[in-house]
Amino acid sequence: MTEPDRCAVAISNVSKVFNQGKPNEVHAIEDISLSIGEGTFVSLIGPSGCGKSTLLRLIAALTHPTRGDVGVNDKSADQARLDRDYGMAFQTSGLFKWRSVAENVELPLQLMGWSKTDRKARAAEMLDLVKLDEFGDHYPHELSGGMRQRVAIARALSFRPSLLLMDEPFGALDEMTREHMQTELLDIWNKTGKTIVFVTHSIPEAVFLSQRVIVMSPRPGRIASDIRIDLGERSFETREASAFFEKVTEVREALRFEESQP
Amino acid sequence: MISRAFRGAAPATVVGLGGLLFWELSLLIINPEGFVLPAPSGIIAAFFDNFEEIWVASRNTGFIVITGLVGGVALGVLWALLVSRFRLANETLTPLAISLNAIPIIALAPIFNAWYGLLSPVSNQAIVVILVFFPVFINTTKGLTDVGATEIELMRSYAASSWQVARTVRIPNAMPFFFTALKIASSLAVIGAIVAEYFGGRQDALGPLIVQNAGLTRYTEAWAAVLAGSVMGIVLFVASGIFERVSMPWKPDAETIGA
Repeated sequence: MTEPDRCAVAISNVSKVFNQGKPNEVHAIEDISLSIGEGTFVSLIGPSGCGKSTLLRLIAALTHPTRGDVGVNDKSADQARLDRDYGMAFQTSGLFKWRSVAENVELPLQLMGWSKTDRKARAAEMLDLVKLDEFGDHYPHELSGGMRQRVAIARALSFRPSLLLMDEPFGALDEMTREHMQTELLDIWNKTGKTIVFVTHSIPEAVFLSQRVIVMSPRPGRIASDIRIDLGERSFETREASAFFEKVTEVREALRFEESQP
Repeated sequence: MISRAFRGAAPATVVGLGGLLFWELSLLIINPEGFVLPAPSGIIAAFFDNFEEIWVASRNTGFIVITGLVGGVALGVLWALLVSRFRLANETLTPLAISLNAIPIIALAPIFNAWYGLLSPVSNQAIVVILVFFPVFINTTKGLTDVGATEIELMRSYAASSWQVARTVRIPNAMPFFFTALKIASSLAVIGAIVAEYFGGRQDALGPLIVQNAGLTRYTEAWAAVLAGSVMGIVLFVASGIFERVSMPWKPDAETIGA
């Protein structure tokens, strides 16, 4: 295992307990350590409730660990959030219906106090990146689900964060749109060189997208396997290659092994 | 756009005219003298015969309605902003608003008259303000707080200040709720003003005009004054709808129901 020089995300001995000391106490994550090299595409996969979304939110400093440390770009996760080191995309696009597509992409820039001209220019550039350059003046309700997710990705990347955190962003899309979006995302990743942490519960999606698939155990979430994926440049043929199926099987076996544990 | 508006209004117009025709014709059969319930044609005739008087009364009542509506809406929105922003305000002002609303507000009219003077319009305005305040407060608060978890997490991921969250998320989110309240409030304001006028305030207003005419068994004239009140309510409702459309250009047409 050779890691790139710099760590984008460093998680050490992190545990997360919700409602500690109360009757509804939940051990979501137990003693996870994980480091993610800069520029890597990593997927987190596991059964429902394994804490993969919680892990993503710990990186985002939207929730804080009960024990352990989370570092992003060599600083605390909280500081990274305040420095806007990451962009985030969710399963629901979270677009604001009262803002046009371009205005949605401009939102983070507006919050950072950018001038209107700069905002407009960047939004146009970003919409070009996600191939929606003609839809800037449309409102979200006029777009399909896949297009809305592309806007959400454009928004997450608009201020050029080094890290992109994605929580099942394609989970609500139909299979064909989903595969198309995966290709688009890899294209964006290749062009921008971001570090991407991608939560999913689709095994082929994780294998197709990632350089590394982190398999998590059922609650309390622990890292069950850390699987390297080396399929070279992805194309339509990748999905039909035997090497792809071998990796899909390997991830599936890792998940099954974990679920059979008491 | 215009032809579509006409097509949209056609069913309502047919039902309205049909209803009036039915009213007119059935009175010819069951109540030819038109004592208690006058015919629509008689009411409209009385409306124009007494136009001068009704116009002055409508202007005076309209002043109460508009000032009371503006005051009540401003109070409701301000109260909602405070309650949704500060926990302490929520814990103190929300129960206070609910208790205010629990008072049968119209019953305060004679008491307000004692406070402000029998012929003062202030007591009428105060009734309208209190009446309008609650639906605006409760709906706007709902709109300001009913924001999805994803949206809030997104704003936190941008390290947005709570003022930025309010301006870019909470307030736009509250707009449809506010306009629903405004439509309810505009009708309530007319009702509140006229009923309050039954008890006091200016004597050349719609409320006294209805009471006096009804007292003299001039029912057709009383109904003509009621008609003026209805027109006022409809004008305010439609104005709220137009205001809504102008303020919320993003709203798909299909969602805008009523005006």
